Amino acid sequence: MGAAILEVRDISKRFPGTQALAGVSMTLNAGSIHAVVGENGAGKSTLMNVIAGVYQPDAGSILIDGKDVKIANPYEAQKLGVGFVHQEIALCQHLSVAENIFMSTINDANRAVLNMREYNRRAAELLSAFGANIDPRQRVSQLSISQQQVVEIAKALSMNCRVIILDEPTSALTESETEALFRIVHRLKDSGIGILYISHRMREVFDNCDTVTILRDGRHIDTVQVAHTQPSAVVDKMVGRSISDMYPPKLASTPEEGEVLLEVRGLSSAEDFSDVSFRLHRGEILGFFGLTGAGRSEVARTICGLQKMTGGQVLLQCAAVSIASYEDAIRHGIVYLTEDRKSEGLFLQMSVKHNVSAIDLSTISTHGILDPRRESQRAEKYQSMLGIRATGVLQKVWSLSGGNQQKVLIAKLLSVSPRILFMDEPTRGIDVGAKSEIHRLLRELAGQGIGVIMISSELPEVIGLCDRVLVMHEGSSRGIIQGSSLSEESVIRRASGL
Amino acid sequence: MNPVAEKDIRTGGILRSLARFREGTLMLTIIAICIVMSFLSPYFFTADNLRTTILSFAINGIVVIGMTIVMVNGGIDLSVGSVMAVIGAVAGRLYQSGVSIWIAAPTALVLGGLIGAFNGFFITRVGLSPFITTLAMLSIARGAAFVVTQGIPLSLYSMPDAFKSIGKGDVLGVPVVIIIFIVFVIVADFLMRRSTILRRVVYTGSSEKAAIFSGINVRSVKMGVYILSSFLAGLGGILSIARFATATPYFATGLELQAISACVIGGASLAGGDGSIIGSVFGIALLAIITTSMILLNVSVYWQDLVSGIILLAAVSIDYFTHARSR
Repeated sequence: MGAAILEVRDISKRFPGTQALAGVSMTLNAGSIHAVVGENGAGKSTLMNVIAGVYQPDAGSILIDGKDVKIANPYEAQKLGVGFVHQEIALCQHLSVAENIFMSTINDANRAVLNMREYNRRAAELLSAFGANIDPRQRVSQLSISQQQVVEIAKALSMNCRVIILDEPTSALTESETEALFRIVHRLKDSGIGILYISHRMREVFDNCDTVTILRDGRHIDTVQVAHTQPSAVVDKMVGRSISDMYPPKLASTPEEGEVLLEVRGLSSAEDFSDVSFRLHRGEILGFFGLTGAGRSEVARTICGLQKMTGGQVLLQCAAVSIASYEDAIRHGIVYLTEDRKSEGLFLQMSVKHNVSAIDLSTISTHGILDPRRESQRAEKYQSMLGIRATGVLQKVWSLSGGNQQKVLIAKLLSVSPRILFMDEPTRGIDVGAKSEIHRLLRELAGQGIGVIMISSELPEVIGLCDRVLVMHEGSSRGIIQGSSLSEESVIRRASGL
Repeated sequence: MNPVAEKDIRTGGILRSLARFREGTLMLTIIAICIVMSFLSPYFFTADNLRTTILSFAINGIVVIGMTIVMVNGGIDLSVGSVMAVIGAVAGRLYQSGVSIWIAAPTALVLGGLIGAFNGFFITRVGLSPFITTLAMLSIARGAAFVVTQGIPLSLYSMPDAFKSIGKGDVLGVPVVIIIFIVFVIVADFLMRRSTILRRVVYTGSSEKAAIFSGINVRSVKMGVYILSSFLAGLGGILSIARFATATPYFATGLELQAISACVIGGASLAGGDGSIIGSVFGIALLAIITTSMILLNVSVYWQDLVSGIILLAAVSIDYFTHARSR
């Protein structure tokens, strides 16, 4: 590990209503991977935005190579060698990969006509260092989310950074893509770059990082060497309390003993997947696991009428049902929690109450006229039942934390008293505390007789929570694993087609 | 945010809590202009002027209701002015060719709805943007109005008095057109806040994808919205021929931009999901009062558009700065 490359001292930042950062200090060494962890709202993002010049701190100083610097905007941060890979993809969808990677270089280029061949060549070089098979001339809109993430990282690297901030880069990546990413990150580390790595995932932190800094409520709680601590100790410091049991207990009986709630036979949908069959029993949580492109979400969306079914049969409590649209599915009590909370799930500008109501207006209205009292009461019922932390049901959902937003979406689904719940990545991007609350909730719902199907890219979560796991590989089912044979290794082997 | 609002009301900060809402700010602005004008011109606060002013925007106000709903839905309808003209023209031409106006007018209204369905078809089924589709319809409907009238105003003075009284008559001294307008505003504002149908319109405008993932039939919602907008524009056309006893192909030229301005001043967002009927009505009222005031103050009519534009910019900028902090 090299010398200190970046140091922040006593950084404070206040937003109306919240003290986002209160006197935070930390040091990043050259050639090291330094994790910054904390629950949502702990101040990680604010701190990174201060370092990257997006926000100006109210107090405190930033030192690069021991020299006090003022970072007025993200452009200056780049000039100082600080690159920021945001969690949310911010690429120009209509431009090519190379044009995106070299956006700021092109902006600086002092010439009227661009030599695109040169940029394409350099982009190809940069991407091949990733082992990424992306054509630099391709439009970004044609890439998958994980490929776009790779372009984001290549973009940060194109500016010869000495400090790279990675804000939850793996939240949209599959295991193999994550591994590929970390190979790159380690290569960067070896070349002397300092990496600030923000994550919720303890395993990634412990497998890859050298140092971990824990923030809570805008304060610096601790900085420790990863080698000298345990995941549970870090989690305890993040939440400020002890999370004893990570996952709720599984079903005591064999899942197959329960009544069959949903049976799917030979389900196919065009090129996405074919011949998928499974049974969902009362009381169990069935997991869907597969790498990106395996077709997990597509199976769920097809059963829910959100995607066209080209073959197969769906039986609900042993009776064949035909589902042509999501409205049909809802009528049958089958609902789907989208993996893309912000763009497909929430009405961000609307209140908690109105978000909860969206799927079912009939029970809160008479002859098409809504009853505001009933609407509020229902939302309040779910607010207390799910423990949604909001000032009230009138609060706009954009101002809620990720975990609470997710609970609002779950409340929306529960409002139709569903029989089958498809949960697509229900804990993506939410903090540890809310995550285990959602795990407990799903177990509770399963216990009440609702069929729960959980799709997740996080293997420990799938194994910790689900009674049985359907593994998919490139559009086909690789069987169901359960009981003692359910392990990370067995799931990964099948998911990678071995 | 909520506790603050409650505290304000409790401590009697009514003005401040009014100003928190776009409708409140607009109302206060309108009142302020009225107070200033009543000092500047003795004619301003007369029943006559009030009546003239409201009449000047009552029919357009009905079209603004439709535009608000379209904008809340995340769309735009540029064809309203042309649709108003062509529906008036069709009703007039049918009447001239011997059809009773009581049959001609409803027939033309149905055509208005069909034009909306035509817009809706291209937007929801073909997948064109509302801007392009209704821009085309702006041209098509205006052209049709010229074809139907052969480019000359149709004189409809011979229409039965009972029909003309819809446009010109009074009930207890209040013009029928104003009564219709106010009833429409009250009903539409109520439905906007309380009906399940218009709530679906808001959901779709707020986030189309999230609406789809809530089982809302986004296509039929949009279809309905464009039908309603064209229908209300058509109704505006019918009320206009009743009022003026003439149908001209030039009628309501540029109304679409005035209506959009009114909605935006009233708090509607071009991105959808935001906007209120009362706000938009205050928006068009504000524009009308400024126009009346300028006339009373003998300001050249050439200034009117210029001032309207400045008001639009000011309203949106003020709103941006007062709300930017809370975002």
